Amino acid sequence: MQQSTRIAILALIELASDPERQVSVSDIGQKFRVSSHHLAKVMNTLGRAGLVKSTRGVGGGYSFSGSPRRITLLDVIELFEDTSASCKLGDPTEATAPEWALYDVNREIKEMANATYGSITLATMVKQMGKYRVVTAPQDAAGGDASHTESAPV
Amino acid sequence: MDDNSPQTTETRMPPIVIRRATRDDLRHLVDLDGRITGRPKPDYWDDLYERFATRRLEERFFLVAETENGKDAGRIAGYVIGEVRAWEFGSEPCGWIFGFAVDPDLRLSGIGERLFQDITGRIRATGIHTIRTMVSRDNRLVMAFFRSEGMRAGPYIQLEMELET
Repeated sequence: MQQSTRIAILALIELASDPERQVSVSDIGQKFRVSSHHLAKVMNTLGRAGLVKSTRGVGGGYSFSGSPRRITLLDVIELFEDTSASCKLGDPTEATAPEWALYDVNREIKEMANATYGSITLATMVKQMGKYRVVTAPQDAAGGDASHTESAPV
Repeated sequence: MDDNSPQTTETRMPPIVIRRATRDDLRHLVDLDGRITGRPKPDYWDDLYERFATRRLEERFFLVAETENGKDAGRIAGYVIGEVRAWEFGSEPCGWIFGFAVDPDLRLSGIGERLFQDITGRIRATGIHTIRTMVSRDNRLVMAFFRSEGMRAGPYIQLEMELET
């Protein structure tokens, strides 16, 4: 999965978890440790696809505008990637037997991946977040590294 | 998105009761299955009923959702069929759901979830802690439903091949 796709999915999960909320690009970027510049491009693509809407001004930002029970991970992936890229055969009339054999394997994997991504909706991802909790490491008493957070299965 | 994609428009669930199937339900089940698949299979349903609704009922569950009130009272709104299986493919005992459908006119109203919760509760009550099912990878509607209930790919992969004639 490409970085833009990953960022898009994370941002959509964040927004879909509370569709009424407006979130700024910088807040989303900070949460997922990605640059605002990169994220802004991703959000533009999501906006053109009608999955998010932006509001300008104080308190503005992005909010979710799709249907979390209808939009699948595959719908998002296909905005950023050619999902057939991993199993291109080239010119079938020139393909050799080993190329056909490898093509068959890659196609099998791609079909499994697409079936998986195509059956997981954003609503399901939001629901699955409940399985994870945020673990906050205690402050270093000696004043060393700042605390960090990480998610772990409950 | 195609018709098989996850959908969103929810409808209100009519009052339903989940109960074990009876022989009187069979014609309704044949009709429901025929409307969904386009292939009525009365013999198959007779056999299913004999195997899963009349014997070893402590580990076999053939359940139907029946509407309770109003003009549609007594309508079979959906079904789920499952059982506890042990040692197939080397697996510890686990529950299998191998038949599941909701009337297309009553979908997205929570009936599927009621059926799923009911059968998983019954299977859990037998001491089993894992349930499995198998879904066509083209059937994104049903796969999305099971996913939304928390199911995910398990440790087995289904393999098949065409036999040469």
